[in-house]
Amino acid sequence: MTQVIYDGTYEGWLTAVFEIYEFKFQDIVFAKKEASAVLLFAENHFVVTDVSKANRVLKGLKQRLSSEGFEGIYKAFLSDVNQIEEIMFRFTKYVLSSSINVEEDFGNSDVWELRRATRLTRKEAHRMEAFVRFKLTKDQLYYAIIEPDCDVLPLIESHFKKRYADQRWLIYDVKRKYGIYYDLENVSTIELQFNTKSNSANHLTEICDEKEEFFQNLWRCYFSSVNIESRKNMKLHIQHMPKRYWKHMIEKIPETK
Amino acid sequence: MVNERVMEKLGILADAAKYDVSCSSALSKRENKDKGLGNAKGYGICHAFTEDGRCVSLLKILLTNHCIFDCAYCVSRKSNDVKRAAFTVQEVVDLTIGFYRRNYIEGLFLSSGIFDNADYTMERLVRIAKKLRLEENFNGYIHLKAIPGASDELLKQAGIYADRLSVNVEMPTEQSLKLLAPDKNHKDVIKPMEYLKNEIAGYKEEKKLNYKAPLFAPAGQSTQMVIGATKESDLEILGMADYFYQQMNMKRVYYSGYVPISYDNRLPAIGTPVPIIRENRLYQADWLIRYYGFNVNEIVGLNQPNLDLDIDPKLGWALHNLNQFPVDINTADLELIKRIPGIGYLSAKKIVAARQFKKLFPEDLRKLGIAYSRAKYFLAFATPFQMQKDLTSIQIKDQILNLQKSKYKNDFSNQLALFN
Repeated sequence: MTQVIYDGTYEGWLTAVFEIYEFKFQDIVFAKKEASAVLLFAENHFVVTDVSKANRVLKGLKQRLSSEGFEGIYKAFLSDVNQIEEIMFRFTKYVLSSSINVEEDFGNSDVWELRRATRLTRKEAHRMEAFVRFKLTKDQLYYAIIEPDCDVLPLIESHFKKRYADQRWLIYDVKRKYGIYYDLENVSTIELQFNTKSNSANHLTEICDEKEEFFQNLWRCYFSSVNIESRKNMKLHIQHMPKRYWKHMIEKIPETK
Repeated sequence: MVNERVMEKLGILADAAKYDVSCSSALSKRENKDKGLGNAKGYGICHAFTEDGRCVSLLKILLTNHCIFDCAYCVSRKSNDVKRAAFTVQEVVDLTIGFYRRNYIEGLFLSSGIFDNADYTMERLVRIAKKLRLEENFNGYIHLKAIPGASDELLKQAGIYADRLSVNVEMPTEQSLKLLAPDKNHKDVIKPMEYLKNEIAGYKEEKKLNYKAPLFAPAGQSTQMVIGATKESDLEILGMADYFYQQMNMKRVYYSGYVPISYDNRLPAIGTPVPIIRENRLYQADWLIRYYGFNVNEIVGLNQPNLDLDIDPKLGWALHNLNQFPVDINTADLELIKRIPGIGYLSAKKIVAARQFKKLFPEDLRKLGIAYSRAKYFLAFATPFQMQKDLTSIQIKDQILNLQKSKYKNDFSNQLALFN
């Protein structure tokens, strides 16, 4: 067994795929950044990310997949599901070994598992486009905190850039400790220390625009006014708006006063 | 601009607008221009869900709940003793922008009680949309209610600034409308619909010649019917819907299960349950007509004017048409596969794609996410599918109902719920 250790980036993983073919490794497992202590008897292979190797793998995949299928692999990578690198590798092997496009061979379990991961990421990216709640600071920055299961920031960047072209905004993923920031021109990736206890009344008055709390309350007022009590269906409510997102959604956070 | 008084108005005017069920924010391609605010996407985004499970994608409010009409089914009717309020044009603009910038909403759904007269009301709705577009450079979604009786000129203005327009037909038949809304008649509703249909068609023609032609209600028009307030059958309701889809090119017809709000003896009493299952069945039937190639008469007919409440309309159709089955999913046309209960539109497409690679087995179908336990009664007898015994439609129905843990099961139980 060979443990392939890469830097955790998509390019790193692609480089790893190239080297697995190059060195004809059999029976592989992937590890991010450091070797897993559980695998006592595995040989370790350290991958140094190499853009030209990564591009050659990408080129091979691009030739054999539709653009949707091609992007699907990247989205699967962002899903962070258990053993996703191995699923991606098995899928890649199948794609590269076939002369025709196999992405719709849904009877094949590697195709199916990859698709499931892709869908998970896509679904959560869509949800984050919906559930992000911006707060306005005193210096006119709209900021939002999110905590998704999948690493969706790279996928939602262009959506927010197009939509909020005339306001500065920041969306910060506390789980992965990085954010995307739009400065009215470009979107850049940033890392910073963020105070997550940002829902307290003090915090709101300290850093937020004077109208911010009022708008939050208006939104809460709206949210409760549109509910029809005689149609109440909490199961459906939670199915659409899972509880794990609530702690960052204004309408689900009680008023601070 | 937005002050404390607005909070109270918002409570009143959002509450009064909530019975309008339209919430879609899809189908408009209004792109952000000149670094403005907003970008209406081709697909809708539900930003939140109410505790009753409905999508919140638009700020849905009335401009005012003052109304000169006295429609029995409406909370804002003249004779109802409720608190009245009215927004100013600027307040609606500020609320929309404030909410949109915080990513609470996709845009604005603006309706109104009729105050003074139709044109006076419509003119204000248009002024809000115009201000949002021209002064705020807002490219989010705007849905305006077209007020019956408003002049063509105002409707045209509305179409220029809004993404979608709707006139609610309210009642499926003229008799019920006369009974519950003596001030209204179907003709007043059909007239603006027809005008909008023609304008929208004209815009589409122009667009073909000149892709820069200014937008006119790019997301089309929709309407809504209240169901369960009066005695219409599903045949009448779906027939009316079909008329709107065929003759008016409607994008959507919404069905709103009547929520009892009044002691008026023309209407179901307060405490009568909202016909949620029936509403759901109507939406399912509506989908079958729009996306699955079914004809209205295949789903409801004179011999069976109402949809089954205990099973969905596709299963209902299949049980009445067992002679069309079994279907061999390894060879059948897509259109036929779509008609198999338990197999949805997307799954049918996946089946057709996947079978090019290999013959599909039952476990492949399960993997594709198909409700196999339901579909199996309608699948080909040839291998690899197991032989199903020759069952009658009643036997199949019983087996499927027993299999599924229907969320509505309690509603159909013959046993009395003793401990409720």
